[in-house]
Amino acid sequence: MKARHKRFAIIGGGLAAIGIAATLVLNALDSNIAFFVSPSEVAEGKAPQGKIFRIGGFVKEGSIQRDNLTVSFVITDTAKDVKVAYTGILPDLFQEGKGAVAQGRILPDGSFKATEVLAKHDENYMPPEAQHAVDQVQKAQKSLKQ
Amino acid sequence: MIPELGHFALILAFLVSMVQGILPLVGAQRNRADWIALARPTTAASFLLVAVSFACLTWSFYVNDFSVEYVAGHSNTQLPTMYRLSAVWGGHEGSLLLWVFMLVGWAAAVAAFSRQLPAAMVARVLAVLGLVTVGLMAFVLLTSNPFDRLLNPPAEGRSLNPLLQDPGLIYHPPLLYMGYVGMAVAYAFAMAALIAGQLDAAWARWSRPWTTVAWVFLTLGIALGSWWAYYELGWGGWWFWDPVENASFMPWLVATALIHSLAVTEKRGGFKNWTVLLAIAAFSLSLLGTFLVRSGVLTSVHAFATDPRRGLFILMLLAVVVGGSLMLFAARAPKVSAGGRFELVSRETFLLVNNVLLVVACGAVLLGTLYPLIVDAFGGGKISVGPPYFNAVFVPIMLPLLLLIAVGPVARWKQADLADMLKNLWPAAVVAVVAGIALPMAAGQWHAYVALALALVGWMVAALVMQTVERLRKPGTPTPSWWGMQLAHFGLAAFVVGVAMVSTYQDERDVRMEPGETVSVGGYTFKFLGVRESRGPNYTADRGTFELLKDGKVERMLHPEKRAYDTSQMPMTEAAIDAGFTRDVYVSLGEALTPDKENGAWAVRVYFKPFVDWIWGGCLLMAIGGLMAASDRRYRVRAKASAAVPAGAVA
Repeated sequence: MKARHKRFAIIGGGLAAIGIAATLVLNALDSNIAFFVSPSEVAEGKAPQGKIFRIGGFVKEGSIQRDNLTVSFVITDTAKDVKVAYTGILPDLFQEGKGAVAQGRILPDGSFKATEVLAKHDENYMPPEAQHAVDQVQKAQKSLKQ
Repeated sequence: MIPELGHFALILAFLVSMVQGILPLVGAQRNRADWIALARPTTAASFLLVAVSFACLTWSFYVNDFSVEYVAGHSNTQLPTMYRLSAVWGGHEGSLLLWVFMLVGWAAAVAAFSRQLPAAMVARVLAVLGLVTVGLMAFVLLTSNPFDRLLNPPAEGRSLNPLLQDPGLIYHPPLLYMGYVGMAVAYAFAMAALIAGQLDAAWARWSRPWTTVAWVFLTLGIALGSWWAYYELGWGGWWFWDPVENASFMPWLVATALIHSLAVTEKRGGFKNWTVLLAIAAFSLSLLGTFLVRSGVLTSVHAFATDPRRGLFILMLLAVVVGGSLMLFAARAPKVSAGGRFELVSRETFLLVNNVLLVVACGAVLLGTLYPLIVDAFGGGKISVGPPYFNAVFVPIMLPLLLLIAVGPVARWKQADLADMLKNLWPAAVVAVVAGIALPMAAGQWHAYVALALALVGWMVAALVMQTVERLRKPGTPTPSWWGMQLAHFGLAAFVVGVAMVSTYQDERDVRMEPGETVSVGGYTFKFLGVRESRGPNYTADRGTFELLKDGKVERMLHPEKRAYDTSQMPMTEAAIDAGFTRDVYVSLGEALTPDKENGAWAVRVYFKPFVDWIWGGCLLMAIGGLMAASDRRYRVRAKASAAVPAGAVA
């Protein structure tokens, strides 16, 4: 085989590999990203229907209710609330009054069914998405006052 | 006084590293032996000064000096001494000091174990390491000084995050950092060769053992982190494709590609440019990892409280490293001679495919990790990329790698005969088919996924065994590096068994249990006997008691705990694990579901994890293989080639 053919084969093989990888990547990305939606946006009906997404904010004080393994609680960005239900064991750092992020989907009755509640490592840590949701509300309130 | 001493030592080390980073480099370019000779003493001095600094911080933790802000934030008089000492790297500032300490440690090791290398080369390597040290020390001194004092020291510290009060934390960060920082050595060798304009086989031979040892540390660090997450976080998973995990995994993928491509550069003089690029990429990804972990730009289960200013500094450092190296590379690359020619079917090609696959896999992980940042930066809203993405992309890219691992090591350099190789491999193909059909049926249900994985494992292991037998028949004993390769590849096979088995046959259940009730998973029965309160050194625990039964016989008692630490609001789950060669069974306590904790119902999580320990066992085998390869004698023999600058000639 000539050197030119060889180089062509190697480059062709490389391009094919990258092409396959790119297809895989784009396919997988398309079906596996979860948008972050704040409770206010959920209230405005901006939540994706029938798709998995994330919500975040504070866990409202006094809102945690347990019924055997199903836990329901309210996530709030201080303006609007979303009722969340989760079945299973919650992470250790899940507490009332603290930040939390939940992933799941909206049920026809308008409640949020979480398949995953995000844990964190540090009690002083606020998930950036939850912080973002609360900041948005504060910004909106400030601009209203002015 | 002690903290000031530590701070002062660090500042001195910063100045010494500046000298180390500049004078030997200039000296090597201008052939000034007196400046070249500065490399080793400045490296040693920098190492000693940072060691003093690190010792001062450790001492402050030991004596509970809460006037130091960092100590007050991460320690407490109630904390057991062992954890008080490991708390030194329990937070941001201390872990960065550890980073720097490791970096100067690596540099000191290079200085000590490079007697056989030309002085100018050593000077350049140490100088590059000195420059990297300067950058990181500036980061510590300017943004994250662990020695900052408090004007009004508290009587008691805030204590260490309970999650980190675990033996895993004592070893995991130092090992991982040794790996991360070790990439700086591979990078420094590549930069030194570029600066000198001598990209040759000798350079690859010098760089190889260091790169391999760094890779070993990285492997162990990642494996230990995964194991820690498995037993300490109580989620029962071993890998979550979390940004912080990815941050350590990406340098590993590139480093794995690098140690393979270095083989080609050393043996055949090929892939030189590519090897240099990989060395740059491995170190840049280590820095990127530090940025991702420390800046808090991504939502991560591993995220700790963070400070954006620090992120910006690392990002700038990253830009300087990547930009500077690539510019140097662009200037030098055209002069690099092409390596030896090779045919389409040859060991070079197999290693090239290995490299392409590993780099593409790394790129896919990188994309998934940074995609949320990119989308957010372009105003596309906040998103997250979940584990299904990574599994869907990563696994298919890795499968051909497993297929070729059996063929590559026996292919001849330059030109190999494919038909001949395949003729010898037919028994392995038979083993693969049998393994793919029979083993999953023996394990339980037949699944295509696990069948494919086990068939590949059968193929790999059979080929490895056949190759080993054949090699032993030939005259002469194989080298340690050959044995290392075999062992590391075998470790990969064990790892794949673990991953395939646990992801297919694991059984996990969250259940409500009252004392006396039982639950069964994977042929084992757990009987809940109740919860009692018990006291630890700095926590109170609800300690559960479970009987583990198999075929009606009690195997052992398991005691998972729910701990409440005195100094912290957060509860901590301690899972109880019965580990075994072919399976783990795992039980952890959720919340009490009734007010009566001792006799009431609890939420309980039980797991059956077949072959899960093979995952870490496989990593351990890979690491041991790496150590064997690095111990090969030929790396310690004086290199005759390219002693361009006569050592000490001028003096």
